[in-house]
Amino acid sequence: MANEAVLTKNFGTKNSHTLGVYEQGGGYKALKKALTGMKPEAVMAEVDKSGLRGRGGAGFPTGKKWSFIPKDSPKPKYLTVNADEGEPGTYKDRPLMELDPHAVIEGSIITCYAVGIHSAFIYVRGEYVKSVQRLNDAINEAYAGGYLGKNILNTGFDLDIVVHRGAGAYICGEETGLLESLEGKKGQPRMKPPFPAIVGAFQGPTVINNVETMAAIPPIVNNGGEWFNNLGAPGVGGGLKLYPISGHVKKPGVYELPMGTTLRDIIYKHAGGIRDDKKLKAVIPGGSSAPVLRADEIDVKMDYNSLAAIKTMLGSGAIIVMDEDTNMVKTLKVLLKFYAHESCGKCTPCREGTGWMDRIMTRIVKGNGHISDLDTILSISNTIDGKTLCPMGQAAIGPSISFITKFRNEFEDYIRKGRTN
Amino acid sequence: MPILTIDDRKVDVPPKTSILNAAKQLGIEIPHFCYHPMLTVVDACRMCLVEVKDAPKLVTSCSNPVKDDMVVFTSTPKVQEARKGVLELLLLNHPMDCPICDKAGECKLQDNYAKFSLHESRLRPEDDKVHKPKRVDLGPKIVLDVERCVTCTRCVRFCKEIAGKEEMGIFNRGDHSLVGTFEGKPLENNYQGNLTDICPVGALTAKDFRFKCRSWFLCKTDSICPGCSRGCNIEVHSSDRSIDKTRRRVYRLAPRENEDVNKIWLCDVGRYGYPFVDAFDRLTRPSVRMGEDISMADWDTALSMVSRELHNICEKYGPSAIGVIPSPQLSNEDLYVVKKLFREMMGITNIDFKLSGWNEGKADNLLLMADRNPNSRGAELLGLAGDKANAGEILDKAAKGEVRALYIIGGDITKFLGESKVRDSLAGAEFVVYQGSNFNYVCKFAHVILPSAAFAEKDGTFTNFEARVQKINRAILPMDESLPDWKITTRLSRVMGYPLPYEKAEDVFNEISREVTAFLGLSYKKLGNKGVKLAV
Repeated sequence: MANEAVLTKNFGTKNSHTLGVYEQGGGYKALKKALTGMKPEAVMAEVDKSGLRGRGGAGFPTGKKWSFIPKDSPKPKYLTVNADEGEPGTYKDRPLMELDPHAVIEGSIITCYAVGIHSAFIYVRGEYVKSVQRLNDAINEAYAGGYLGKNILNTGFDLDIVVHRGAGAYICGEETGLLESLEGKKGQPRMKPPFPAIVGAFQGPTVINNVETMAAIPPIVNNGGEWFNNLGAPGVGGGLKLYPISGHVKKPGVYELPMGTTLRDIIYKHAGGIRDDKKLKAVIPGGSSAPVLRADEIDVKMDYNSLAAIKTMLGSGAIIVMDEDTNMVKTLKVLLKFYAHESCGKCTPCREGTGWMDRIMTRIVKGNGHISDLDTILSISNTIDGKTLCPMGQAAIGPSISFITKFRNEFEDYIRKGRTN
Repeated sequence: MPILTIDDRKVDVPPKTSILNAAKQLGIEIPHFCYHPMLTVVDACRMCLVEVKDAPKLVTSCSNPVKDDMVVFTSTPKVQEARKGVLELLLLNHPMDCPICDKAGECKLQDNYAKFSLHESRLRPEDDKVHKPKRVDLGPKIVLDVERCVTCTRCVRFCKEIAGKEEMGIFNRGDHSLVGTFEGKPLENNYQGNLTDICPVGALTAKDFRFKCRSWFLCKTDSICPGCSRGCNIEVHSSDRSIDKTRRRVYRLAPRENEDVNKIWLCDVGRYGYPFVDAFDRLTRPSVRMGEDISMADWDTALSMVSRELHNICEKYGPSAIGVIPSPQLSNEDLYVVKKLFREMMGITNIDFKLSGWNEGKADNLLLMADRNPNSRGAELLGLAGDKANAGEILDKAAKGEVRALYIIGGDITKFLGESKVRDSLAGAEFVVYQGSNFNYVCKFAHVILPSAAFAEKDGTFTNFEARVQKINRAILPMDESLPDWKITTRLSRVMGYPLPYEKAEDVFNEISREVTAFLGLSYKKLGNKGVKLAV
């Protein structure tokens, strides 16, 4: 790997999760720099220049998101770090929290300083027990080290961070569902507007940022926004991105690469190519919600705009690779079962549509499908498309539409064989 | 004020008005399930999607406020397709049991299906519907069928936001979402009947109405709830399609909108208070006592006996030996005629409506008042409060033998006084008349019983606690031979030789509005269907 390691630079170091090791590697320098030498607006300006976009999946420019927070709010403002990493195929935030929790914390403190926040929450997926442990340990160390609490680094800036464990719902990764859950309610998305930047956690203006986004803040402050932006692929910018790759590759793992590295390079150069040198059949480029790509579509650059141009998305950047032996029918069934199980049930199209698609796919896989079922699924997807309360509905139809339209022959073959068997 | 265009028509509405409500001003009804004007907006059912020019997607009209120069289309092919889609999904797992559903005829799902969709189900027979609990008992008033639910959460929000008690929630996720009460406990709030009103489908049905009558057989008559002094505006729903087919009867009460009185709600005390109208203990014909026995008589016989006895006692002991206790459950018209005959014509001063405890029910913080009488204020304004004695003192005088004849009209005084007190006062009286709609303990001591019509069986007015005069209308005919109280008193006046001229309730009210200062210049027409608040 020719490129610089920024977010993952501490991953190989022993005890990288401890404060001492983090400080030895230059940790909390960015915090000192920001708190003692930069005005909040200057921090925000650097983040703006960095081209950093939200790493949770929606890709909203981070600096812009911060700028929506009202300066003079009568209510307390909050930062909520979204660590409810639940998108199938995605496992990039977990190593950050387990191996470099102080980077997440330092980024959070700088964010709070830039936006004028004195209370932060890290909402961690409930199953990530080790992440919670490491974050809590690191937070305790940070309090002891004077990086959290009252009068941080004698600058008069106060901040408390609380780690909150989720209870196991995909929908709580959706930012307003997360806020409901954080407040102790059933995790269901809220109506927008008002957006969380105006009315968020506990009715206060709230910044919600992904773990990876937070971890990118200290290096941006240390080296400048322009430096980070230039780490992206030529003509793309936007810094480095963690690409967790799974499925039929020789070397699955989390790869830190320039934003805009081609999918082909990630699969073949970095992840070692297809397992047993089989032929590639399909790739999901950005977590299970991203529409699937055929093998002939992998020369795409892995960045927000390039993927959107071919009607899929970068999402969390999680790449799921499927070789020639993969059964696309069964794969879609697994995915649709997931969405039916995780639909929160608040809005009609997602609640009823995901369940119906799941029942049809389950029947098809059992060998009782009809060719017309495929059009029914596409039509249900169309009913969901753009009409749900939150992006979860869109997430469910990413696979349903793309699998059936791009691999229709395979689906029809399966149905025909199933019915004659 | 933003000016926008909806379906090529301009409309000017206050800022922050939703698209849905702006359209309503133009008479354009945008279909919806979860939106309810009195509840928070949740944006969940997605039925109210409309097309907004230059917006990338369809938008929900319930939650999106209007903007100046906005251009909205409410029935483009795209919108129609979206509505059909939502209806298909809402009906996917629905049991399709309209023929046995009490909501049929007033069901938004049924109406919207007929209006916007009329699709054939594409659910294959092999794919079973999602099955959910049926006939869930939510206490003495409400039954829940979760399969019919569209998860709009109106009931959940109503309990929390209006009734003030978080009793309901949506449990589980996705298409296995179940509406229900926390821990399956019965509902306790005093506003449960409203749940069936606001439920857009047949999920929440009222036990008092279940399986009794199809909604399209109901005749709806504007009236006022007689349950307390709030005077909630109601509709009396009656039908002659009853099982026994003998007479038109009341099937239920429903709230009627009046922003100044009850918004659109009705409490359960009032809503479920009507069964006395059709109860078995209704007094159906006049009765007179002959020794130990009491037997049916015709009106002439009964009224002659009342006239004779009252004249006798008046001649022997003077008018102070007669006590009259009219109930504040009577209408203004009833009370006025009582005052006219007994006080003005006969000179009786022992007239009063106030018994201890008459205004000491338990009030809640929404509608229900401590005074459970619909017309106490009217009784006061019409001068039915005794200047010398209150009703309790009149009864004490009867116990002591100072008052020898008692004429008790309406209501059940035993509720306030208890049986022993009633016995002490009435057992020794020389002559007791009970005029009322239902049998009660007082009847045991009555020498004459005169059957009166219930509130749903007569025209009249009630004056609520804040002096709002509101009209009640006859929904059904008086049971058997019973008559409105004002009419009984009027007929009695003629037998007694003080003929009063009233032929209908309106005649009485017209006189009230000429003679009683507070009511000056009023008429039934002026009351309209929202009533008039008196300047007192």
